[in-house]
Amino acid sequence: MAQRPYGKGLRPLSIATVAAMTAALALVFFYAPLEAEQGFLQKIFYVHVPLAIVSLCGFVLGGLLAIQHLRTRDPRWDMRSYVAIHMALIFGLATLITGSIWAKGSWGHWWVWDEPTLVSFLIVFLLYATYQPLRFAIEDPERQARYASVFAVTAGAFVPLNFIAVRMSTSFLHPRTLSSTSNLPGSMGLTFLVSLIAIGLLYATLCKYELTVKHTRAQVRALRRRLLDDGAPARGRSAAPSALPDDDAPARPAPGQPDGLGAQRFGAGSAPGTVGG
Amino acid sequence: MVRRYGEREALSGVGLSLPAGRTLVVFGPNGAGKTTLLRVLATLLRPHSGRVSVLGSELPDAAWEVRGRVGLLAHEPLLYRELSAVQNLRYHARLHGLDEERVQEMLEAVALHGRSDEPIRTLSRGMVQRVAVARAVLHDPELLLLDEPYANLDPAAVELVSPLIGPRSGRTRVVCSHDPGGGLSEADLVLGLRGGRPELLAEAREVSSERIAELYR
Amino acid sequence: MSATLDTSPATEGERSVARPQPGLWSTVAAVMRKELLVELRTLESVPGMSLFAVTTFVVFHFALNRGSVEGDLAAGILWVTLLFAAILGVNRLFVADADQGGFDCFLLAPVDRTALLIAKAATLLVYLVALELVAVPAFSILLLGPPIGPALGGTVAALALGDLGVAAIGTLVAAMAVRTRARDLLGPLLTLPLFVPIVIGGARCTAPLLELSHRGAPSGRWLTTLGVYDLVFGLIAYALFDFLLED
Repeated sequence: MAQRPYGKGLRPLSIATVAAMTAALALVFFYAPLEAEQGFLQKIFYVHVPLAIVSLCGFVLGGLLAIQHLRTRDPRWDMRSYVAIHMALIFGLATLITGSIWAKGSWGHWWVWDEPTLVSFLIVFLLYATYQPLRFAIEDPERQARYASVFAVTAGAFVPLNFIAVRMSTSFLHPRTLSSTSNLPGSMGLTFLVSLIAIGLLYATLCKYELTVKHTRAQVRALRRRLLDDGAPARGRSAAPSALPDDDAPARPAPGQPDGLGAQRFGAGSAPGTVGG
Repeated sequence: MVRRYGEREALSGVGLSLPAGRTLVVFGPNGAGKTTLLRVLATLLRPHSGRVSVLGSELPDAAWEVRGRVGLLAHEPLLYRELSAVQNLRYHARLHGLDEERVQEMLEAVALHGRSDEPIRTLSRGMVQRVAVARAVLHDPELLLLDEPYANLDPAAVELVSPLIGPRSGRTRVVCSHDPGGGLSEADLVLGLRGGRPELLAEAREVSSERIAELYR
Repeated sequence: MSATLDTSPATEGERSVARPQPGLWSTVAAVMRKELLVELRTLESVPGMSLFAVTTFVVFHFALNRGSVEGDLAAGILWVTLLFAAILGVNRLFVADADQGGFDCFLLAPVDRTALLIAKAATLLVYLVALELVAVPAFSILLLGPPIGPALGGTVAALALGDLGVAAIGTLVAAMAVRTRARDLLGPLLTLPLFVPIVIGGARCTAPLLELSHRGAPSGRWLTTLGVYDLVFGLIAYALFDFLLED
């Protein structure tokens, strides 16, 4: 089986991200007009809202990847789901921080309850903050992955429902800025779009990066194990899934053929053609 | 057949075939994979690779065919401590579609009719083990999976449960044992595990107690 | 690589007489019976939940320094207290099974595994109703300003729908949390955010009913929201529960 380098798409992706981010920053600072009411601070909107959107999409994506994991039992899907959620959580934290700065600047309070998007975001964040503790509390890696996937699907379904419920309950005292994105004037709209793309690319790149790192680490561990003949210490307890690098293992001999890796054999009574493995 | 626990293989390379009515005794130090083997055969754990065929059905896909025909006697008695013996057995009976008669029959068979209404937590370990035996064979399974079945039982109790779970019960049995002498005397086939791998697999008459003792060193 | 346990039956015909497998509802009944028997013997859940609720009302009195509440505040206190009491019940739902090998018992039997979900959720529902039979009267005596009589119908409707959601989500989360290391901590942490829409729906629905003046009618909009939420999470629990049971 040919070895497919895992991080293959990483370079073009990183370059694209840097390009997009530069473009976005340029637009934000030099192109987008200064908003009359809120002044310079309003520009944080170009960071805050895309962060929120990407983060929420990341959570839902994590749920979808988890469904794949439950269907196929392939641990690689769990790895992808974990990274998607993990990264979305970080972006989520950034959303809350930028949102808070914006609230303080615009309305004078570090937190406002009138912005339903922000509020439902807080709830979602609190839910996903339990994802890693949940994983960490389960030692058996296979069960950890399975339970985490169940959680990811439940939480992924929760995101839209929660958003709707909170929106229904909020009194609309302040203008909701998210709805106003649909009728943004041209220049603001363009800037927003480019920002969104840039942050989306950043998310994708960071995810790919993390996946590559994990994959490489797992490969190294597998190599060590083989070299030290199974004597290498096992990984400690961890919240992160370990990739089982099945696609990189040397091809296993078919049953019945001699096994070069010194597998156990046993004597009389074994069924014919049975090879340890 | 391979069963992993994370990156470690808890059980691997086990290949054997056990004909009906025969007894396989599994020896090995703690952590060797004996309990894992039993749990895979009981359909409680999925094998990660390899072929496992129990009572003619392939696991894990046809696991549902196998349940109800396999009896497990594990380390834990699998009984609710706050409920009485008869309540526990009734629960099991309902889960298997059996009636009250069978429950009473089994209680008689393990000689616990007198104390069947007291909560399990008030019974001695030996009595609890007897109730566990009753639970394991309540549904008349074809295959018995026994994890050190005679632990906590005095010789009289062993006599009592022998017809139910012993070699003369007529059932196919896989027994985990730490007792080379007693285990060997019951076995047709012997499997010795260490570190999840089979170190020994042979007919019982070809194996000596010393060979088994070596497994534990 | 194969472990084969082969049983060719002594006589060919014997094998074919398989015992009829218990149906879904008889299994549900069997599990519920066992659950309620254990609860009656140990009295672990319902008395604890009820006592907690009443004590919490007292605490609220001192915390808010109020003799009587109405409207929004009343609805809020009622729902929050009920939800926290519910979490106590959720925490204990699978503990006996996890500690005493009950999961294995069930998994070894030739039964439909969904029965466990239904039975446990139904049991939790029973506990919640029992809780409310104590908590709601206690609330109306201790803290509620306006008389509860006219509000009873709407409140019951809202509570019923809320209970269904709590039962579905609670059972799913309880099954997730019970076989982890920090089960008492993770349970509440997982359930509370998931309960938020229920709190929103329930409290918004009940608030107008508990006003001193200008009593409102139960809002169909919120009742529907609760119903939809219950349905979605009921389906999710149904779809995902089996994955939590196997090993």
